[in-house]
Amino acid sequence: MATAMILLPRTTIRAGDVVMVKAMISHPMETGFRRTETGGEIPRNIIRQFSCRYAGEIVFSCDFHPAIAANPFLSFPVRAARSGSLEFVWRGDNGFLHREQAMLQVVAS
Amino acid sequence: MTGRTGRTVALLMLLLAAVRADEIPASQRLSGYDMMGAEAQAMQRDDFANPAMLAVKEGEALWKAAPGEGRPSCQSCHGEAAATMGGVAARFPAREGTTGRLLDLPGQIQACQTERQGLPPATRESAALLALEAYLAVQSRGQPLASPRARGLGDAVSRGEALYRQRFGQLDLSCAQCHSQNWGRSLGGTRIPQAHPTGYPLFRMEWQAIGSLQRRFRNCMTGIRAEPFPPGAPEWIDLEIYLKERAAGMAIDAPAVRP
Repeated sequence: MATAMILLPRTTIRAGDVVMVKAMISHPMETGFRRTETGGEIPRNIIRQFSCRYAGEIVFSCDFHPAIAANPFLSFPVRAARSGSLEFVWRGDNGFLHREQAMLQVVAS
Repeated sequence: MTGRTGRTVALLMLLLAAVRADEIPASQRLSGYDMMGAEAQAMQRDDFANPAMLAVKEGEALWKAAPGEGRPSCQSCHGEAAATMGGVAARFPAREGTTGRLLDLPGQIQACQTERQGLPPATRESAALLALEAYLAVQSRGQPLASPRARGLGDAVSRGEALYRQRFGQLDLSCAQCHSQNWGRSLGGTRIPQAHPTGYPLFRMEWQAIGSLQRRFRNCMTGIRAEPFPPGAPEWIDLEIYLKERAAGMAIDAPAVRP
């Protein structure tokens, strides 16, 4: 089971502000290129895709590849328009699926 | 005193001085944090960029959850970790009151699991044990490592120091030769640290994972082509006690990030 952390700015967010959203998840990101001591293949186990929806609309998404380090950390800007929920989804090999949710509180400017 | 014994005593004192000559004075002690690059330091300082904080979060959940029907959680005995466990990690390894054996922090967690929770103990280096260890270590952040000698562990400190100064493996190296006599110099592109265990368990980028002090010990042992002691061996605990005596007073910065 994965653990994820979401960080939104702790300051007051006003409508129209651009805020940095940070998301990190625990995942080994096993490349599939490594072998065990006895030469057996270690099967690939990576996150393939990440997306973030803000009030239902995709504001950021990306594909992951084997060269990405364990516990991938993402940071991306979002323009805050109104209060709404941010939904984060990570999908990966072996049916990996993890969801997180965070509320973005926006005050009228 | 005859001339001969006098000479012997003088020689012994000289030898003793030679042994102590590589001790790092308190003013020159540097933690692994002090010796790494600015980027890695920034990663450690930001709880959000530090991947070991994921383990802390897991540890918090494990601390609070009852492991099964009728079995106590850690919290039901110890209370809120933030209120009751501050400084605990700074005082390990410690002597168990009832049995007199020396336990390091993961060993104490395992003892609680078997004796209080009626569970099979989590294996060393397992994600669950590292998570609990990290969660406890973070409660002692900023607190000074307590001197094991002052807590009556002087015998273990001496055994640990003997191990620290013993040459091992095909490369025939002792811990002291790198970490006391050649710290700050380069070894394979990295700087040799002074081996102060202030930040364990920690996230090592080379491992791409969080790991314990014993994993670090094993790394050093295989690096000098020596056979490591088995996980949880008393030798590891003696060595940890000596290193903590050597680092006594330094602030805990767990869970650390290291290259």
